[in-house]
Amino acid sequence: MDAFLLSRLQFAANISFHILFPTITIALGWVLLFFKLQYRRSGDAKWMDLYFFFTKIFALTFSLGVVTGVTMSFQFGTNWPGYMNTVGNIAGPLLAYEVLTAFFLEATFLGIMLFAFRRVPSWLHTLATFLVAAGTTLSAFWILALNSWMQTPAGFEMIDGVAHATNWLEIVFTPSMPYRLFHTLLGSGLTVAFLMAGLLAYRWLRGDRGTDVKSGLAVSLVLAAVLAPVQAVVGDLHGINTRDYQPAKLAAMEAHWDSGHGAPLVLFALPDGKERRNRMEISVPKLGSLIVTRDPNGFIRGLNEFEGFHPPVAPVFWSFRVMVGLGTLMILVAFTGVGLLWKRKLLPVWFLRVLMLMMFSGWVATLAGWYVTEIGRQPWLVQGVLLTRDAVADLPPAHVGLTLTAYLVTYALLLAAYLGSLFYLARRAGEDVRKGEAVS
Amino acid sequence: MIMSGLESPWLLPYSFAFLIGLSMLLYAILDGYDLGVGILSQSVGQEDRDRMIASIGPFWDANETWLVLGVGLLLVAFPVAHGIVLGALYLPVSLMMLALVFRGVAFDFRKKAEPRFRPLWDRVFWMSSVVVALTQGYMLGRFVMGFEKGLYPQAFAVSFGMLVVAGYVLMGSTWLILKTEGDLQKRAICWARFAIWVMVIGAILSSMAAVLTDTRIYDRMLAFPELTLLIVMPVVSVILTLLMHFLCGVLPLPDDKLAWMPFAIAVCIFVLGFVGLVYSFYPFIIPGQLQIVDAAAAPASLMVILVGAVIVLPFLIGYTLVAYHVFRGKARDLSYD
Repeated sequence: MDAFLLSRLQFAANISFHILFPTITIALGWVLLFFKLQYRRSGDAKWMDLYFFFTKIFALTFSLGVVTGVTMSFQFGTNWPGYMNTVGNIAGPLLAYEVLTAFFLEATFLGIMLFAFRRVPSWLHTLATFLVAAGTTLSAFWILALNSWMQTPAGFEMIDGVAHATNWLEIVFTPSMPYRLFHTLLGSGLTVAFLMAGLLAYRWLRGDRGTDVKSGLAVSLVLAAVLAPVQAVVGDLHGINTRDYQPAKLAAMEAHWDSGHGAPLVLFALPDGKERRNRMEISVPKLGSLIVTRDPNGFIRGLNEFEGFHPPVAPVFWSFRVMVGLGTLMILVAFTGVGLLWKRKLLPVWFLRVLMLMMFSGWVATLAGWYVTEIGRQPWLVQGVLLTRDAVADLPPAHVGLTLTAYLVTYALLLAAYLGSLFYLARRAGEDVRKGEAVS
Repeated sequence: MIMSGLESPWLLPYSFAFLIGLSMLLYAILDGYDLGVGILSQSVGQEDRDRMIASIGPFWDANETWLVLGVGLLLVAFPVAHGIVLGALYLPVSLMMLALVFRGVAFDFRKKAEPRFRPLWDRVFWMSSVVVALTQGYMLGRFVMGFEKGLYPQAFAVSFGMLVVAGYVLMGSTWLILKTEGDLQKRAICWARFAIWVMVIGAILSSMAAVLTDTRIYDRMLAFPELTLLIVMPVVSVILTLLMHFLCGVLPLPDDKLAWMPFAIAVCIFVLGFVGLVYSFYPFIIPGQLQIVDAAAAPASLMVILVGAVIVLPFLIGYTLVAYHVFRGKARDLSYD
């Protein structure tokens, strides 16, 4: 294998592993703030039980997010020097603002949020919780601004092959930025809702049936039921935005090879990149045009318009279906859960098992969504500005192969340790409660 | 204001060189003490280890962020220099990254994973702290030698790695003198006394090696009139070392008087060492290869960052002080509730 492919694999591995953790901390920070405020409002200890339980998970997830994020940022320099050499004048300030406004804020106040509950006044502890949540969200804002600029670049000019900023507002708020920001934040909220529901269902099924577990389940199901339909709408708008600004990506998502009016919606197909057609296609006539253009005879641009400059079709097509399928499932499960709570007050065992199965559905959907948007941008690193293959460093393939292997082994170990610890913390939370009961 | 900045070609490069230098110095001091505590963490029993790690728990994450800022500013302001540095150091940088990953998560896993894994995570924490310090010192050594290849520069870099380990142990042990009490504090005093001499001997040897083998550094260091000024630095260092040595002989004092002083001395030694190091290759950003003024990125983008940095840094310093104030005094057990 050459260094280009190895560097791509390494970056894909890094960024895939990294996103698992921020996608939890971004929304979990706000949920923690909600628990803290509920406690301040009601004085009910169950909210603090929930706060402390999920704080442990937050801290663990946060540290994994930090360390995997640092390794990722170093790779811009080590493996992709062409990126900064070409668009460094745009990416540099956005990354610097992330470090300056978000990283120090979250890192510093996390200490107070985690360890100073008994050391500082309650308002300061609440403020620290708020600042950590705000910091993680601010961090997401800058990174998504940069990613969106790479998808739909604006506000710059090219001078001698180097991008120079002309309008910073246009750079930060590119056409795809608001959609990607809200889509990602909602995705984080859903990931957290189902993670919480799954963990609490696990505790409940193990006989740990305190009021904290019950209220936590209700909060996470209501959160999921509110966010999931909104996400469907925002996702649809995001798709329309992609139609206008990245038609090749949309064509790959839908596996449309030929441009035309009244395009079908391809439900299932095996896209064949060599023959440039779909095998075993199952589709609904006109529905594709109806969804994408709001008109059954609307015009959709096909992949053949972009031959040589469109992404590999199959991974984008399939990732998109995984994401949409899981999104639909989330709506179903969340509505069922809220309905059951409404009618029966207690959740039946079969449904708690469903929640445990759905525990990491947010992770899978998040990864699938990022694969759609990132693979969908290929062969460009910055759409229309810089090709991925022109940015890679000239490193010995053996060196990249070695580091890639080391990263993969590390990530496998850490993922196992992380998952093991999540369930261990859930079991221990129950044991603490039972011990408390035995003493009292 | 933005326009006038664009007109003076030295303002932005030197502002950024200064900010990067400041970030790196703060990183070496701040993460230095928590890495040092990590390096020492396997020298004590479980209870003392918990106490030691409790003393750095609320701070380490923000400390490490100075490295992200320093390297990030280098990437943004001097992309060419960043490419040279990280390209030449691909494998040690990757090794340091992996060690930072393991270290960062070990903090949490040692308390949150199942108890049977706890000794394992403790060892991971210790080992990764050692590897981070060694690789950082090694890379600094390679950098000072201008990334020259060959046995001698490699040997120099390895010994520089050990020097940095000793330096971090000094920072860590003086931090523990400040933040702990009783037997643990007494042990920290012994560690500090040992570390300072290892560090001084290592610093003298590596300075001599650098000055004698590198004609550029030789010319720079032993030229008049700078020599007269520069002679002050080793003299001050020797005074500080002796002060530390005798201080460690009398500590701990009743009421824990002067327990802050070893840490303050260690900080002074780091600042002096850092200034000496920078002076040896200034105004180059890559020793012998690339000068600060020749390496900077486009001024308009740099100005955007500089304005942001000037606005944000006071806040950053402010809330950092708040955090140190909240966790002032001797380290207590860390618990969430």
